[in-house]
Amino acid sequence: MSDPAITPELVQKHGLTPEEYQMILDILGRVPTYTELGIFSVMWSEHCSYKNTRPLLKTFPTRSSCILVGAGEENAGIVDIGDGLAIAFKMESHNHPSAVEPFQGAATGVGGIIRDIFTMGARPICAMDSLRFGELSKPAVKRLFSGVVAGIAHYGNCFGIPTLGGEVYFDRSFEGNPLVNVFALGVLRHEQIARGKASGVGNPVFYVGPATGRDGLAGAAFASQDLTEESAEQQRGAVQVGDPFMEKLLVEACLELLATDAVAGIQDMGAAGLTCSTCETAARAGTGIEIELDRVPQRAPNMSAYEIMLSESQERMLIIVKKGREAEVQRIFDKWDLPWAQIGVVTDTGRMVVKHHGQVVADIPAAKLANDAPVYHRASQPPAYFQKTRSFSLADVADTTRPMDALKKLLEWPTIASKNWVYRQYDHMVRNGTVVLPGSDAAVVRLKEDCLPVLPAGSAAAERPIPEKYLALTSDCNAAYVYLDPYEGGKAAVAEAARNLACSGARPLGVTDNLNFGNPHNPELFYQLKEAVRGVAEACRVFDAPVTGGNCSLYNQSPEGPIDPTPTVAMVGLIEKREHITTQWFKSEGDRILLLGEPVDAADPLQGLGGSAYLLRIHRKKMGTPPPCDLQREKLLHDTLRELIAQGWVKSAHDCSEGGLAVCLAECCMSRREARGHSVLVGAEVDLSAWKDCRLDALWFGEAHGRVVISVAPKDEQAVIERARLRGVPVHSLGVVKGQSLKIKTAHGAYTARVSTLHDLWWNSIDRAMSD
Amino acid sequence: MNFAVLQFPGSNCDQDCVHVLKNVLGHSAWLQWHKERSLGAADAVIVPGGFSYGDYLRTGAIARFSPVMQAVQEFAAQGGLVLGICNGFQILCEAGLLPGALVRNRSLQFRCEHVYLRVAAADSPFTCCTPEGTVLRIPVAHGEGCYFADEATLQQLQAGRQILWQYCNVRGELTERANPNGSVLNIAGVCNAGRNVAGLMPHPERASEAILNGEDGRRLLESMIEWWQKRRPAAAA
Repeated sequence: MSDPAITPELVQKHGLTPEEYQMILDILGRVPTYTELGIFSVMWSEHCSYKNTRPLLKTFPTRSSCILVGAGEENAGIVDIGDGLAIAFKMESHNHPSAVEPFQGAATGVGGIIRDIFTMGARPICAMDSLRFGELSKPAVKRLFSGVVAGIAHYGNCFGIPTLGGEVYFDRSFEGNPLVNVFALGVLRHEQIARGKASGVGNPVFYVGPATGRDGLAGAAFASQDLTEESAEQQRGAVQVGDPFMEKLLVEACLELLATDAVAGIQDMGAAGLTCSTCETAARAGTGIEIELDRVPQRAPNMSAYEIMLSESQERMLIIVKKGREAEVQRIFDKWDLPWAQIGVVTDTGRMVVKHHGQVVADIPAAKLANDAPVYHRASQPPAYFQKTRSFSLADVADTTRPMDALKKLLEWPTIASKNWVYRQYDHMVRNGTVVLPGSDAAVVRLKEDCLPVLPAGSAAAERPIPEKYLALTSDCNAAYVYLDPYEGGKAAVAEAARNLACSGARPLGVTDNLNFGNPHNPELFYQLKEAVRGVAEACRVFDAPVTGGNCSLYNQSPEGPIDPTPTVAMVGLIEKREHITTQWFKSEGDRILLLGEPVDAADPLQGLGGSAYLLRIHRKKMGTPPPCDLQREKLLHDTLRELIAQGWVKSAHDCSEGGLAVCLAECCMSRREARGHSVLVGAEVDLSAWKDCRLDALWFGEAHGRVVISVAPKDEQAVIERARLRGVPVHSLGVVKGQSLKIKTAHGAYTARVSTLHDLWWNSIDRAMSD
Repeated sequence: MNFAVLQFPGSNCDQDCVHVLKNVLGHSAWLQWHKERSLGAADAVIVPGGFSYGDYLRTGAIARFSPVMQAVQEFAAQGGLVLGICNGFQILCEAGLLPGALVRNRSLQFRCEHVYLRVAAADSPFTCCTPEGTVLRIPVAHGEGCYFADEATLQQLQAGRQILWQYCNVRGELTERANPNGSVLNIAGVCNAGRNVAGLMPHPERASEAILNGEDGRRLLESMIEWWQKRRPAAAA
């Protein structure tokens, strides 16, 4: 079988422009081979090269005193958490594969992100997922939703990583193009950081893990195209098949191997498989690499060089071993019954040389391939739809007269309803670290000795006790806000994440982001991207939460149109002491309910209803501008809340977000889960009659930022009010935890609902929708 | 007391068991690799949860053939204490050390949540510190935990008081709603006729510390320790 001739059509089929092809000719000084063309096409895809987003990503803050490995340096960033310990975390998308084959698409997403973490030398200890689908009433959406959740559950549960949290939104714009953003976090000691570098000329290059097959051919290139109706049929072969059991063996074997000090460099074979791992490791070390494809374990007969280089078969690693220590690698991988092969050697040529059947099939300067991808500054222009969405005023919708009915409708709306149908399918307790289970503002996980990678025999570090530490994790993004105002929406995503951490008692350490946007060639869609990044970057600076890495997923659109722009923000924070861990539900009858922040933002002409869940659910309108986010006030609120928590005054804390104050209060009354069939429900009597001048719907459901509902023991109420005022944070006494009903008194009337009724709507809504 | 915690490829609750036995309860515990043919100085064996051999073929079906399981067979035959948790329960059933089988949850989905368990028989090394009728709150996390046995086996189990734990509600009632997986008779765990081998789907090691939202699981592990230290017959000493 001979390779096809390089023609303009073939170049175009590989997604390369004539200008990009000319760059390839200049780099090589000749016409590329078929294999080389394939290699360039995947390495220069958006997924691998960030060619459309690189100038924007440079605007993110990426440094702080606790960053040990910064964004873009390696497979994941690393953050110091004190006492010689550090964490590695990252988020990545698997949107396109999940659209085509939801189970495997989502499962391999989890596998990929876990590999990014242990490639750094860290032991993966928890995961989160941020998911978005179309409206749940559609059968096709149910199929995608259940497939994605089952795929995540399959991979994470079998691997043995707790999936602690995340978010799920349902909105028409994601129909046909779901978003599947997966996050993983690992822990390590400072001295255990591993590097993806092919250092040491003459060092042997090992391939470990299962054999290479034809699955996942050129997945990275596939991820960088618009989804079309033909995608499903034509590109199913580009979706990989995952085996979490292999991955579990791989992590244990790799961590055991890293403890031997026999490893010079290590990198997983993720997107663009063998291609990416070889050229990137060589580029980072400033070396060359030469591999022999005949030595690569192969699952399918007669695979071509092109296929072997571009395959994205899962659970494979590239390991550069210190010369003379090969036997240790072999011993450990034999122990775990994992296939391995010595496939090449590190050279001093700076070139990536690939041989197959005795012939050189690729010979490319590694650094140019890995780092010199074209960079595009795309044109941007404010979207035309702004004209319509911004013409909205509150006069366009009548105020509510039945707020309790609206509250019920919001609570059973799948985006707001409890996500227990999802997280009960994830093993969220394995590894014995989950302190706050899914269902509060942020998940909390404790670190203990077995979270850390194994140490070399006789290591002095083994004597060092591991101090008690708690991490809080959340992921957030309200895409409707970003659609209506990308800059404010970007800020809001970060602010909400930071607020969720503050509610759990944590201080932010860093952020990993996943930018899910539409086609960057469309100036209106590129405007969304550019402005959202500006907002995210600004907010990250204010909260001192540098971006440690992440992922871009462009070309998210289905035949129906582009998705709502979604810069998903996953934020990790540290809780200093066990006593500071705080949950969202009310604790005891008689406790006082306080609001930190103002019920309604007087400066916002839409009173917090622009882009709100209330407008979307009750009036079917995605209109207006989202509530503006004052980052300085927000920061002050978070600092003050942490101070109140540290004083031991705060018994519960829950932020107001989708559905506003009313949904927040209802959740405080009903989100405490003891066990199957046993939620602990408690009522509240709340008096909002002091706010007479605002609309009733805005008072209940407005989504102004910078608001947190806390409960405190009656004896501490005065101290909390005084301390908040001293810090300059508005504070209002709203009522008391009492009885079995949620009673809200307003200037327009008093409204009551049994908490058990609200709970049933909220807890069982998704289950009911899925069993229809 | 010395605990050997078996480690198969794909075990993932092995470290959790060692953590609780060692750091919480203060006993000696170690990981026993599946290729080993002996159990060392073990006084008891824990077969932990996870996905041994990736659940290939059938849950627990391949692990039973591993060298270490031959050692466990002999250990159990001599009256040694063996506890299987989740996938460990499945392995013990596959190995014929416990009666019955575990099949796919009736919901066809994986379930991870806290459940309530009623202690159905206190006269075993695994329940001796929990009087009959005690309600324990312990999490489950499994996709194939629906306990099944034929009518004759169920009668034997009942006659021999071999059903140790049953799913119940917070008031201790054995309702259908309290049953997370469709197990027959709400069975969560059983022991063998000799009462030295037991298995259950819930994870006691995940409910052994106050910080992890509950300590009821500890009472099960403490029962084993209490029995071994004070109550075991002289012959087994």
